[in-house]
Amino acid sequence: MPGIEHLLEALTPLNIMLALAGVIAGTVIGSLPGLTATMAVAVLVPITFTMAPASALILMGAIYTGAIYGGAYAAILLNTPGTPSAIATTFDGFPMAKRGDGDLAVTLACLASVAGGLVGAVFLLILAPPLASVALAFGPVEYFWLAVFGLTLISALSEGNLLKGLIGACFGLLLSCVGIAEISADVRFNFGSQTLLGGIETVTALIGLYCVPVLIDLVATPDKHLKVTHEPRGFRLREALRISWKGKFNLARSSVIGTLVGILPGAGGSIAGLVAYSEARRSSNRTEHFGHGEPEGVQATESANNATVGGGFIPTLVLGIPGTPPDAVILGALLIQGVRTGPNLFADEGSIVYTFIYGLFLATILMLPAGLVIGRYAYKTIVTVPKAMLVPTVAFMTMIGTFAIRNNVSDVVIMIVLGVIGWVLNRFGFSPSPIVLGLILGSIAEQGFVQAWTIGAATDDLAAMFFGRPISLAIIALILLALFYPLVRARWLGRRRKVNAD
Amino acid sequence: MKLKQFAAIALAMMIPTYSALAEYPDKPISYIIPFGPGGESDITARHQQPFFKEKFGQDVVISYKPGGGGAVGWAQLNSIKGDGYTIMGTNLPHIIVKPLQKDVGFKTDDITNVYMFHYTPDALVVTKDSPFKTLQDLIDYAKENPGKLTLSGSGKGTANHLAQIRFDGMAGVKSTYVSFKGTGKAVAAVLGDQVKASWGYTSVGAKHSEQVRLLAVAMEARHPKFPDVPTFKELGFDLVSGAYRGIAVPKSTPEAVRVKLSQMIGEINADPEFRKRMENDGMALLDVDYAGMGAFMEEMKAVYGKAAREAGIIK
Repeated sequence: MPGIEHLLEALTPLNIMLALAGVIAGTVIGSLPGLTATMAVAVLVPITFTMAPASALILMGAIYTGAIYGGAYAAILLNTPGTPSAIATTFDGFPMAKRGDGDLAVTLACLASVAGGLVGAVFLLILAPPLASVALAFGPVEYFWLAVFGLTLISALSEGNLLKGLIGACFGLLLSCVGIAEISADVRFNFGSQTLLGGIETVTALIGLYCVPVLIDLVATPDKHLKVTHEPRGFRLREALRISWKGKFNLARSSVIGTLVGILPGAGGSIAGLVAYSEARRSSNRTEHFGHGEPEGVQATESANNATVGGGFIPTLVLGIPGTPPDAVILGALLIQGVRTGPNLFADEGSIVYTFIYGLFLATILMLPAGLVIGRYAYKTIVTVPKAMLVPTVAFMTMIGTFAIRNNVSDVVIMIVLGVIGWVLNRFGFSPSPIVLGLILGSIAEQGFVQAWTIGAATDDLAAMFFGRPISLAIIALILLALFYPLVRARWLGRRRKVNAD
Repeated sequence: MKLKQFAAIALAMMIPTYSALAEYPDKPISYIIPFGPGGESDITARHQQPFFKEKFGQDVVISYKPGGGGAVGWAQLNSIKGDGYTIMGTNLPHIIVKPLQKDVGFKTDDITNVYMFHYTPDALVVTKDSPFKTLQDLIDYAKENPGKLTLSGSGKGTANHLAQIRFDGMAGVKSTYVSFKGTGKAVAAVLGDQVKASWGYTSVGAKHSEQVRLLAVAMEARHPKFPDVPTFKELGFDLVSGAYRGIAVPKSTPEAVRVKLSQMIGEINADPEFRKRMENDGMALLDVDYAGMGAFMEEMKAVYGKAAREAGIIK
């Protein structure tokens, strides 16, 4: 059981230093598009060999947490998700920055990330073993339905022009098919090119579709990148705290969604953020403000994606099955250290696990001051640096970031081509989000569908496979709700208005 | 006179090669894994990493070039400068099966393997409480319910998939293979009762020892970590297979460096501490050096080519 001795062990000067250094390094790495949490953790692995397992875990957990939060900066200030987890942060974060509230958005993101991180860590501390069974209850068919649920968000994102949103999503789905298919090993849509064999990496597409159009527009238009009001306003912490307190239910719900999605191996921070965003939007009474700079949108995504950190550690530590890609790297590092994860880890190696969990709390709390200061600095840099400096610097970083994903030059070419396509499509009213959603969710839906179909066909029970499992039915209900709720609500409001008028 | 000149030139050309070799390695070596971090190819390379430093005084820097199930990395191998300071992990059956399926930018023979240092043997994995207590239970079920025995595994055309096809042929049964992205998800599928059993590896048994049992392992002799698990051979099926891992160099690498590198990896493989760590993770060590590589690869090409053709993965 967790005890005070583990807490004290987590609070040694070395561990506090590691947690702080990890959070700072992670935040900076995460803020650079292309440099992801997975990469940040992988670079650290050799350093951790010489450490005690708990300290190594604390360092890696801190970097991971920091990187997920850092992804919000680029999303808010440049409309480019720094990590895939921050996709939904761009929806409202960038419009906020555009109208001059970038500093507020960054501070809100920091508070939401800390809240989400703490909720995820609490679940990890208290409920890890029972929650791990959620990871196992999710079979292929549930992943398929979850991905379909994610796709329903397109209707919300492309308000006013559903057709263009659907065309964009189909383009994204096609992009997800490029390369060697993950489970059938067929080669698709590579047009004879070796370059496309590896498929289109999500991060490459994110940078291309989101960042390149912003850069082109920056050059093409004479206005300032972000609107700046001249009086210095500090962190706007008081204002952010008030908004956060008002949005506490949103934060709590999003954090729980983030934790649960984090537990599912193969879902990850991007889906957690999207699901939380979609739920926040649906249940908010300010639905129509979403997508135009609504603070609740930023809070939902940022709390959910940081909650996946704690959530992802649940199957990683309890089952030995990594919940998220960075968890896979951490699991590998633990194996090399000789730590065996599994159901008995919490009982046998409590000193490692609980020290680590307290360390994760520590890192998350340290993220508050560190994140606020770094965020302030990032905001100031972006608004004060002249365009002539900003554009080449960001362009250079995107190249480095894209190359670093797979150490491959062809990814840079793919990124630029997608960027130009994205810019042209933008001019015709297609936004990048449906395309990216299609790309990310397409492969999850495809894998889940093919696996479920294979199993269902083998057992002669396809109908029960797709429509007979309780969790599937619950997700299907959510899909229907997401699809028809706007219609029903509009009708209901219309009727009420009519009644009032009478 | 001409001969003398020729000899002098030849000698002059050889001197730098030999002096370079005498010091090799005199700077850090870059070790490229054509997969992402955290997978078994990464973990085994990480096991080797400290021994390079300890035995040969130079750091090994591991980097990743994932994509296309390794194809992206291998297709670029020969365009790297061959000076012995860049080496790349290779995997069987990948480098045999992939080029047979389609043009993936490299041919099996383009890859200059200098050493195969281990394999992770295939194993049939069930949950602790599975009704299949022995391999025979599983065969009986498959015989009574043709096609209904669902087995998860990592990828198509992989060691797991080919083992399933070969075993079905040997046992005269028909099972259904469900491909997952990576071993972790294939294991989750069997733990969550989505499938009845899994074609996994001995390393799955080591990593999830509290949750799974192995019915049989595809090795010549029993694995030291699982003395109670029979081999397929003992039970009458001639199945010895798994995911083999080796190290390759660009084609332009001088012969002398290839030989030296092969010796170095062999030395690491012979280290008792290294062996202990690998076996504890469920791996099986293997020593195919540069001299023996030709014969080994021919044998493997025949075995895996045949299985892949039978599977209908290649025409």
